[in-house]
Amino acid sequence: MSEAAKVDRQPYWLSAPGLVLFLAMLGTPLLLTFILSFYGFDFTKGIQPGFSLNNYIEVLGDSYFHKIFGRTFAIALAVTVICILLGAPEAYILSRMRNPWKSLFLIVILGPLLISVIVRTLGWALLIGGRGMISELLQALHITDSPFSLMFTTTGMIIALVHVLVPFMVLSVWASIQRIDPQAEDAALTLGASKFTVLRRIVLPQIMPGVLSGSLIVFALTASAFATPAIIGGRRLKVVATTAYDEYLNTLNWPLGAAIALLLLVANVAIIMSYNRFIERRYAKIFE
Amino acid sequence: MKKNGPVELVFHTLFILFLVAPLAAVVLVSFTDKGYLSLPTNGPSLRWFKTIFDYPGFIDAFWMSLYLGLASATIAVAFAIPAAMAIGRYRFKGRDAITGFFMSPLMIPAVVMGVSFLRFFNQIGLSGTFIGITMAHTILVMPYALRLVLASITGLPRDAEQAAETLGASRWIVFRRITLPLILPGIAGGWLLAFITSFDEVTMSIFVASPETMTLPVRMYHHIAQTIDPLIAAISTVLIVVTVVLMLALDWFYGLDRILVGKG
Repeated sequence: MSEAAKVDRQPYWLSAPGLVLFLAMLGTPLLLTFILSFYGFDFTKGIQPGFSLNNYIEVLGDSYFHKIFGRTFAIALAVTVICILLGAPEAYILSRMRNPWKSLFLIVILGPLLISVIVRTLGWALLIGGRGMISELLQALHITDSPFSLMFTTTGMIIALVHVLVPFMVLSVWASIQRIDPQAEDAALTLGASKFTVLRRIVLPQIMPGVLSGSLIVFALTASAFATPAIIGGRRLKVVATTAYDEYLNTLNWPLGAAIALLLLVANVAIIMSYNRFIERRYAKIFE
Repeated sequence: MKKNGPVELVFHTLFILFLVAPLAAVVLVSFTDKGYLSLPTNGPSLRWFKTIFDYPGFIDAFWMSLYLGLASATIAVAFAIPAAMAIGRYRFKGRDAITGFFMSPLMIPAVVMGVSFLRFFNQIGLSGTFIGITMAHTILVMPYALRLVLASITGLPRDAEQAAETLGASRWIVFRRITLPLILPGIAGGWLLAFITSFDEVTMSIFVASPETMTLPVRMYHHIAQTIDPLIAAISTVLIVVTVVLMLALDWFYGLDRILVGKG
């Protein structure tokens, strides 16, 4: 009996150091920020301890913030849809390649995930800016006469974000393609199904879980993206993350910034949870 | 296995072009000999790479990012190994909750972590310190370290350990002499992935970094927010080269597709 109890305690001792670290260094900061979001702020006196829902009322009631939250989630939706349209076919094409090429292109596609988002966003700024390469190219080809810039536009932001996030979609669809039995496709073809029917009835249903979990990652990461919207969108096209940044480091209204950040966290978690539940209900059989 | 048709190959080529284009643009612009953004029309020049050394701010930031990556990846792995032993080897009450807690930094937006650490470090007097930013990065990279160590523990056959136990080795000896060497590739892979994640991180660090603890991506962000010039392209090219070298190292230790596709 005592031996059994001793064995049972082992995993708790092993995870204790990490748990203490996480409670102290992650739990406490989040809790402090939660409390901070109920404080007041005065431009002359600074942060005023207390308890009021004013910050939340301001964010949820002000059309200025509605616009920012609306823009953020609209961009996240657009980026997710484009990532599906580009990433899912690419993963499928990749799976049908042969092996030196398959591994090579997998690394080319996934490698950018490890390169700093600053560097990748800088690349787009160089390409789409007013004196950027795309503008010069279009002018050299006489497609357009005047400089052409996508900097500080929503379109530019979406293009750069798709570039940053599409590897996650390829990754996720790729993982679900690995489970497909290639013989099912052959069987369907032998039985006289057209290529399109095979794609629609055999391939698509099987990669759907990958598409869904990929969309979840892409959506959540786009909604909370900071560096790319800040560089491409600039000061005018604010998203939630850059707004929180401005409240913290420019206006110094930390309580309001805390409320904005926490609303982003809650929205993100709510979307992830409900989406997960939807996937589990819809695709329970595939995940088992 | 069916072959890809011409439509598929065209799509694939355009997709790869789209992925490579911005990186190629950065590398090309960094070799210009002009004082402004342009392609190296007069042949490649190293002018802007030499200029980097005139900006001690970037050099200091590079070393800061390096030390920070080394410290936070090492601490994260040290905490991840026992946690992975617990999660990978035992079924116990609260196991899923504990795993979820360790993985939660993946789900919390970096901005939220940034503002939380900013407030926390202000309250406890760690703001602007190396210890503070190291702790923040340790939390951030822990899921990456844990995931890889866990994958190598889960896939491990247990017969060698059981043999050692039968022969009377203590638990610690079994771990140090049998388990640890066997999971070493996973530990090395987890450490490298954690290091790269820390080295590249920008959003959270913007809130936590002071002028003394400014990391390279944060300094680059502030530079780009002011002006985009060939200098920043040259620094980015250096970063791309460093990342590619680390990526090859990661591939060598552990297999890049295994890490990124997440199969143990």
